[in-house]
Amino acid sequence: MSPRLQLLVEQLPNLLGGHLSLAVPAIFVGVLISVPLGILCVKSAAVRGPVMTLISLVQTVPSIALLAIMVAILGGTIGYRPAFIALLVYSILPIVRNTIVGLDGVDPAMKEAARAVGMRPVQQLLKVELPLAFPVILAGIRTATVWVVGIATLSTPVGAPSLGNYIFSGLQLRDWQRVLFGCVATMTLSLVLDQLIALIETSLQRRRMAMVWGATGALAGLLAVGLAPQLFRTTAVGFAGMAAGTNSSAATVAPADSQPALVGQTITIGAKGFTEQLILTELLAHRIRAAGGTPKTLGNMGSTIVFDALAKNTVDVYVDYTGTLWSTVLKEPEPIQRAAMRVAVAGRLYDEYGIVTLGSLGFENTYALVVKTEEANGRSLRTIADLTPLASRLRIGGDPEFFGRPEWERVRSLYGLTGIEQVGMDSTFMYQAVADGQVDLAAGFSTDGRIDAFHLSVLDDPEEAFPPYDAVLLVSPKAAENRPLIAALQPLMNRISVAAMRNANRSVDEDGLTPMAAADVLQQKLMLRSGGPSRLKAADGQSIRE
Amino acid sequence: MPVPAIELENVTKAYDPAKPPAVREVSLAVAQGEVLALVGGSGSGKTTTLKMINRLIEPTSGTIRVLGEEVTAIDPVLLRRSIGYAFQGVGLFPHLSVGDNVAITPRLLGWNADRIRRRIDELLALVDLPPETYRDRLPAELSGGQRQRVGFARALAAEPGAILMDEPFGALDPITRDILQTEFRELQRKLSLSVVIVTHDMTEAVLLADRIAVMHEGELRQLGSPRELLTSPADDYVAQLIETPRRHSDFIESLMHPGVGGEGGAA
Repeated sequence: MSPRLQLLVEQLPNLLGGHLSLAVPAIFVGVLISVPLGILCVKSAAVRGPVMTLISLVQTVPSIALLAIMVAILGGTIGYRPAFIALLVYSILPIVRNTIVGLDGVDPAMKEAARAVGMRPVQQLLKVELPLAFPVILAGIRTATVWVVGIATLSTPVGAPSLGNYIFSGLQLRDWQRVLFGCVATMTLSLVLDQLIALIETSLQRRRMAMVWGATGALAGLLAVGLAPQLFRTTAVGFAGMAAGTNSSAATVAPADSQPALVGQTITIGAKGFTEQLILTELLAHRIRAAGGTPKTLGNMGSTIVFDALAKNTVDVYVDYTGTLWSTVLKEPEPIQRAAMRVAVAGRLYDEYGIVTLGSLGFENTYALVVKTEEANGRSLRTIADLTPLASRLRIGGDPEFFGRPEWERVRSLYGLTGIEQVGMDSTFMYQAVADGQVDLAAGFSTDGRIDAFHLSVLDDPEEAFPPYDAVLLVSPKAAENRPLIAALQPLMNRISVAAMRNANRSVDEDGLTPMAAADVLQQKLMLRSGGPSRLKAADGQSIRE
Repeated sequence: MPVPAIELENVTKAYDPAKPPAVREVSLAVAQGEVLALVGGSGSGKTTTLKMINRLIEPTSGTIRVLGEEVTAIDPVLLRRSIGYAFQGVGLFPHLSVGDNVAITPRLLGWNADRIRRRIDELLALVDLPPETYRDRLPAELSGGQRQRVGFARALAAEPGAILMDEPFGALDPITRDILQTEFRELQRKLSLSVVIVTHDMTEAVLLADRIAVMHEGELRQLGSPRELLTSPADDYVAQLIETPRRHSDFIESLMHPGVGGEGGAA
């Protein structure tokens, strides 16, 4: 087995477990809710209309949007709960619909026969109508199963680990083997569950009770396997939370330096969905492990989702960028000077959210408009202003998130780029798209290793339309009181240069290193030691609040 | 004189007040051990009349008594458990075995398992289906005639005071129908069953019933023995209905004895 494949297989128990813990209970609870709801619809026309309208309407919400909405409805809670509820909601329609169709389809003569032999209404339902509708209801459950197992892959961006982690990280890392692995694993799980349910159906028809119980047992086993880690995880987080609480209170009593260890603590690291974030996550994990703690990473999260999770102490630490925080969190329309922004962001995040900015990592990852180098030379494109006369004939590729950002609005108006055609795509593809001429330019990131790899050039921004994007390390209000954690992370402050970051990014995106391997290289370059000398350096007035 | 098994007094059913009632002012009585056939075309009200007896349909007005007790005074569910019912198209539950189908009403009545098992075997033997062969089969594995036998067994299962039958032989081929009709008549006599049977087939009524009630457009036109109907039909409609079996019989008679011919002069 190749080492890369081995790496994927090693993650399988954890991700498959996460996937099962979402999908199987969601289907199970979905059945418990939907079958009675379907019965109610059949028995009461007053219920049927509104219920069917509502669930059909919910079903039309795109699944990834539904997951995001659940995060919002739960007040920014990420992880298992929003994903579980969204999947549960998705499982309801096919089961309710088939329960209704199945019960409606029961021969009226059978219903009359049930009455005529002296059954009460509940007996008619349980002994005749439901058994006769059972194959149709089961078909609905199978549909729901296939849907839910597929859609569960979308739980990754809201912070619930699933087989989708392979797909999302594979997309980010342009590792198609990884994407394919995730797809095949998901499809296999889907087929196995579907066939188990089908087996129950056919054995029931042939009245092979041993087979029925066998298949039911297998499903129950999967349910248990799915639920066990979830229950365990819930308590584990609870313990970790308590441990962090007691530890931090101990830390405030005891002298800070005598309590360096994070032993017994689980620290949750959040990450957005791009290479640099994956590498920095590994770097942070490395520091936490070095201090004796257990890092837990929640990757591929949406920008605002990870921030909200930090504010709610669901995530303990993550890396964000000043310009992003300035415009999307603090809702400031106009950027300000770089150092001033660092200070303002740190101050206001603390005042408004209790979030502590540990400091800048040392590099800036700003938006950069990139064009093919030969194109730049041929047409003497040096700054964004040189695009102005060509704007109406140009196509720009970029992350859909970027085109919704205020800074893009600003760039367009400052440089007169209003006529430009926007092509939304995953950031993985946009450099290639520029190199291939599918788009004329892309809204890339200044630290991205692919700028060099694809022979692209960054256009200058003389108007300073793009705000500064210093990478800053944020810790949650609760984690900010965790002195051993702060001590473990501080050596990272102001140590990573743009060049080092771009190199690390390139080693993953182009050379096929894993983010963990790239983080190791970066770590060695920084030659970090526990409790290094950089603690003083970090306190350069911008971040640490005492 | 013992109380009638079933008694209807001025029973009317009107589904829609704006239309003529489906059943109008019907009065009749079925003696214990008697077979009464309700005969009429579709829309005559015969099936509605039958279903009012076990309250599958509630009458608009009038009184119905089963073994002397007014049915409106009895919980309809308990009433139905006390009356056997054989369905048009048999009505066996396809997801239940033959034995479980027969056992339905006894189980609903809470008989103990041993008594139920003995009853299943007894009844299957009675309708000529060896229990060890047929008890665990599904209805789909049986022929039409066998299914109808199970239907009878089920109707008899809970030792009912009366049995209602809705076109029970309708879906059978002529030979099977003939065999089953004969067996049914033997069984009925042996067990002295009180039966109301709905049919549109006057020949069947003549063969099976002690008395025939002819219904037309919701009204009871005539109630009498087959002989009474044949000899003195109350009106043209009854005369027309009863003419059919007579004509069949005469025709067959003329084939058997070609020399005699004429209008039944051989008698």
